[in-house]
Order: sequence, then C-alpha cells, then structure tokens
Amino acid sequence: MTDHFIEDKTTKVNVSVDGAATQKVDFNDLKSGGFIKQRQKDLFTVRLRCPGGKLTTEKLLEISKIAHKYSKKGVVHFSFRQSLEILYVDYKEFGNIVAELEKIGQKVASCGPRVRVPTACGGCEYNPNGLTDTQKMADMVDKTFFGTPTPHKFKTSFSGCPIDCARTKEMDFGFQGVVDPKWEEEACTGCTICAEACKEDAIASDPDTGKPIFDPVKCIFCGDCIRACPTEAWKPKRYGHTVRIGGKHGRHPMEAVEVCNFLPDEKVADAIKMTIDWYNANGKRGERIGNALKRVGLESYLKHMEPVFKSSKA
Amino acid sequence: MSDSTLDLRGVMCPINFVKTKLKLESMEPGEVLEVILDSGDPIQNVPKSIKEEGHKIVEVKKEGDFFRIKVQRN
Repeated sequence: MTDHFIEDKTTKVNVSVDGAATQKVDFNDLKSGGFIKQRQKDLFTVRLRCPGGKLTTEKLLEISKIAHKYSKKGVVHFSFRQSLEILYVDYKEFGNIVAELEKIGQKVASCGPRVRVPTACGGCEYNPNGLTDTQKMADMVDKTFFGTPTPHKFKTSFSGCPIDCARTKEMDFGFQGVVDPKWEEEACTGCTICAEACKEDAIASDPDTGKPIFDPVKCIFCGDCIRACPTEAWKPKRYGHTVRIGGKHGRHPMEAVEVCNFLPDEKVADAIKMTIDWYNANGKRGERIGNALKRVGLESYLKHMEPVFKSSKA
Repeated sequence: MSDSTLDLRGVMCPINFVKTKLKLESMEPGEVLEVILDSGDPIQNVPKSIKEEGHKIVEVKKEGDFFRIKVQRN
C-alpha cells in the first residue's frame, strides 16, 4: 500500500509552477493532497480521485494522455482503493499536471487523517446480485464528505449485496446492501426452487406441499430466493444497508461490528455525518475509529447514533 | 407438454444458461422448453437468469438430484 511511503523530512522546497515565479511547496501538504513520495529522488505518485473506481471512457482517454506526458516511466497503477495513480511524476510538474487534470474535471485524491475516497462494487445498476445503488452512494459520499478532517484516516465502502466484494467488514465505516424477503402463499406453487437457491439453508421445503419453511435467523438478506422464484411468491419487503463500523486492515487488522440493519439510502449521509462528529469528539489523534470504539465503548457511539439508526428497526 | 427438451446435466454455469438462452431464441414466442438441470449451482443460477431475460418458468419438478423445469419463451 502506498500509504506507507518513505516520508521526506525536508519540508519545503522551491518549485517553479508553469514557468512563473517560484513558490514554496510543503511536502507535508502534498501528502494530504494525494501526492505520495516515491523511493526515486524528486519523483512522486499522483493519486487520482475515482469514487467507486468508475470512470467514463472519455475521461480515461484524457487521463491516459496526461499520464503519458508526465509519468517518467509511462506507467499507472490501480490503487488498492480503486483509484488510478500516475507514477514517476516530477514534483516540479505538480502545478502543470494538476492544471491539466483540472481541465478534464479530474481531481487529485487525498491521503492522511481525513475522509478518503469511497470504494464501491458495481451495485444494482448492472450487477445481477446488486441490491443497492453503490455507485450513486459512493458518489454522494465523495461529494459530501471527501477530505473532511478526522483523527486518523476514515475509509468508507459500499457493497451491493452480502457477497461483500467491497469488504465492508474491513472498513472504518461500511455499507452493505440487503433485502428483506416476504413470502406470499397464494402465489406459491410449491416448486421448491427457493429452497435450492438459498445458499444459507434458511429455506426448507415442506415435504408434502413443497412450500417454503423460512428460518429468519439463518437469512442473510441476499435476495436469491426473490430472484429464483418463478411466480413472484417471494417479494422484496424493503431494501437497505447493513452498517458496519470499526474495521481496518493493515498491520493489526480488525473486523468491523454491525451496528444497524436496513438503513435506508436517504439516511446514509446522516449516519456518516453523525459518525464523523462522534469520531472527532471522541477519537485521539492517530487513532482509528475501531480503536476509539474499543477505548470509549460502543454504547457511547450507539447512543449518539440512535436518532439515525432507530428509523431502520423493523 | 413441451416443444423441445434440453438435457443440461453435467453442464457448468454459465454455459448451461447460454445454451438455454440460445435454444429459447430459436423458438417461437409462447413455445415451451423443458430444461433438465443439476441441483446445486445450476438450479441456483439458471432459473433466475432465465427470469431476468424475461422468459416465464411455468413448471418445476424435482427428480432425485436433478430438476426438470419448463420455460415458456417470451
């Protein structure tokens, strides 16, 4: 991960921007701006801001041209958080590359103690398993919260279904799509397909009628029964997000804990805002939210979040 | 009654679905195709994909460790 770069302790250097008057560039500011120092003298990685890892082909073509012009080795790298990184960029060119990227509407990402670019899977727009519009949510979070200062890095992600490709269990704050299935007896023909389709053994078939016997405790709300049912006897009752907090990877990985189920789309922004408020009020500098929760106690957080989370109780 | 039968036992996902789709496309709207699918992955995946294509599953019968399903072309 490029987060663990070799930090340059010489802080300020003179850089000429656009051939104009020299200006001071603060290497510590650069880190917050998504410029990551490389091993090679004077060369940096420029991390772009690509929420949800999605780009239009038009923009990608333009980025390619810029990357080709400024990367001394002509290479890019896909970051572990879905953003494109232009490698081997001379710091003296920062002004120029940022200006050229700006012209095509491409912003530079960030590092350091703040809300990072959200990651997301394809979501319900085109992925058959997707239950939530993860791309739309990632875009909203990026526009609303990107760069907000926090005690340490704050990573969010959106998975569209319980397969959880966006690894919400490893995020500071993660949202995973769920659907609550509802069965209507009149439409059911007892074909048993739902029991076969359910990978969690949450549905058994009645030996006589073939009709489903549902075990809600085993259900992980993936919606396979709804998609498989030939007669629409299984229907979606409601969609929402399972919300997880306090996960991280890195040297000492932690698994996030589930704090809310079926949070509706329109409450996601509130949940993030309130969580950042709690984190900024309770977290120590350099402490991830998972560790802050361990130290302060989950109860304090849940109490703070009650106005947002209570709305999603069944 | 079905107009045609496709025995897809032993055929992996998603090839079984592609074969079903191609067969349905060669048929007339309203005609019924019988498809034989293994339990496990095939029965978990193929019916929902057929549904997503807009065809109608009109009958499902379990016979041992395989399924006999009837699909009406849209």
